[in-house]
Amino acid sequence: MSETTVNEPSPEADVVQRGSFALTVRRLRRDTASMAALCVILAVILLAIVAPWVAGITGHSPIEQFRETGLSPAGIPVGPGAEFWLGTDQLGRDVLVRLAYGARVSLLVGVFASMLASLIAVVVGTTAGYFGGTVDLVLSRLTDLVMSVPFLLCALALVSAFGPSLALSVVVIVFFSWAPMARVIRGQVISLRRQDFVLASRSLGAGPLSIMVVDILPNLAVPIIVYTTMQIPNSIVFEATLSFLGMGIVPPTPSWGGMLADASSNSLYLVAWWLIFVPGTALLMTTLAFNILGDGLRDALDPKSARTVRRLRRQPKAGTKP
Amino acid sequence: MIRFLASRVGFGAGVLLVLSAFVFFLFFVAPGDPARMIAGDKATESQLQQIRKNLGVDRPIVVQYGAFMQKALSGDLGFSYRNQQPVAPIILRRIPVTLSLVLGGALLWLSIGVPIGIMSARHVGSLRDRLGQAFILVGLSFPTFVLGMMSLYLLYFMPKQAGFTLFPAGGYKALTSDPLVWAWHLALPWTTLALTMAAIYARLTRGQMLDVMGEDYIRTARAKGLSERRVVWKHGLRAALTPLVTQLGADIALLLGGVIVIEQVYGLQGVGALAVQAVANQDRPIIIGVVLLGGLFIVIANIVVDLLYVLLDPRVR
Repeated sequence: MSETTVNEPSPEADVVQRGSFALTVRRLRRDTASMAALCVILAVILLAIVAPWVAGITGHSPIEQFRETGLSPAGIPVGPGAEFWLGTDQLGRDVLVRLAYGARVSLLVGVFASMLASLIAVVVGTTAGYFGGTVDLVLSRLTDLVMSVPFLLCALALVSAFGPSLALSVVVIVFFSWAPMARVIRGQVISLRRQDFVLASRSLGAGPLSIMVVDILPNLAVPIIVYTTMQIPNSIVFEATLSFLGMGIVPPTPSWGGMLADASSNSLYLVAWWLIFVPGTALLMTTLAFNILGDGLRDALDPKSARTVRRLRRQPKAGTKP
Repeated sequence: MIRFLASRVGFGAGVLLVLSAFVFFLFFVAPGDPARMIAGDKATESQLQQIRKNLGVDRPIVVQYGAFMQKALSGDLGFSYRNQQPVAPIILRRIPVTLSLVLGGALLWLSIGVPIGIMSARHVGSLRDRLGQAFILVGLSFPTFVLGMMSLYLLYFMPKQAGFTLFPAGGYKALTSDPLVWAWHLALPWTTLALTMAAIYARLTRGQMLDVMGEDYIRTARAKGLSERRVVWKHGLRAALTPLVTQLGADIALLLGGVIVIEQVYGLQGVGALAVQAVANQDRPIIIGVVLLGGLFIVIANIVVDLLYVLLDPRVR
């Protein structure tokens, strides 16, 4: 709490003009939960980047099996200690090193799949909303169709047909995640296209493509940023779920879902708690952080959003609590 | 109304058609020879030819699809590659497990999620609201299988180590033999399912209640002296009911197609576990059957929800 008050100017300070970006950053920085979430995300990114150094410091590669030191004589994984900081798994591999490399997969798939899904959603939503009529009807039906399909079952069918791989995981996640956002974008575009500035552009001779990209797209920045951020944890969990079911990342490449699957496969985690609590907590913290940041971004980017207005209105009643 | 219903049924049929074509053609273009899967590696080429002929996979794909759909409409989904048994009964046998899990879970998640949403909305900005919001965020972020494995460790294994059995490790006991044993075995799966789903309902209820509680008719209800409890639960919640029912219909339908992850974690032999096993065995007729069943549940649920709208919302009538 104390560091947020430091940043606030005293009431006597001069009036400063701030751009909307500066205002957004200011609002976001005042939100303790969002800043904490951002720190967690940065920590996970750092872990993913320094994965080779982690392997170097510990002297363990992510797929190397230490059957002598990493397993007890009975073949039970070794718990957290000096040699293996976060313990070993059922094959005597270092959990910390695998966690660091798994962060790469989670972030890569999460961010990449979400951005791809957003791209499709923006193209479909903008086209449907701008043109209306038959185009809208066809694209909206397509969106409905994708949303009324048992997606995990279809994902399983796809994977069973083509065999699991990183690329297929991304394709599956993208294919089943763009529809809800496309619906939101379409709604926004329908109200935007009736605005005067669109009419002005058109009367100046701008074509549909130019209007969509130059006039309408910048106005969609807020929903695009917020929805993409909120899609990232969904994609991360989707990937982890696929890997958990043995249909995502192919072993021995480490992934958080795969680590949990290994722990679950022979109920090994009952004698080695770190096999679920280490990757499980990492997964939970990452998704939680992205969800909190998404919430915070929505409030910071769109101060008119119902949540903030209500919070402000209730301020006197809620007392001095921040 | 009839026109509206007809268009919904038409769309539902379209979804099933596209879905069936999708899985059918998917397995056609996918690598892998079904005859080889049935006969194994030692089969001779002439044996393989015979099996292909029996399966009908030597015919053109469109003819195969037509034949498949014709049979499927009468409930015949073909035979499992693995044990040559008809697919439909194999799937039907799994439904009681999944149904128990989903319906029990739905009751639980509604009774957790809706009150939390209402509490949050009634005390916006208060500590209780922030606790509610924290519940929503954590619930939305918790991967189901992580929660399931952690619950198993903390509530099954740790008590067992301490010398008593709090909950069983999983498995399914039929409701008809002993309802108490049935519920005891499903307690952990229900809770796991409910905690992750309740967050969605709490968020939905909170948002709806916040919108509704500012309406004039709520003020009217208060002005005529109704108790706050009656205002909230009867007049307020009534308006939040329509989106809740939509969400509930969609969720139940989606989950009836297999609560894949939870069935896997708790070793419940439901539809979802069947799908995972079928994928591992490359048993394509079963995969096609489960996907179609899942699609059918969703289509039916959509139509039921549309009908419920008319009952719930006088403005549609």
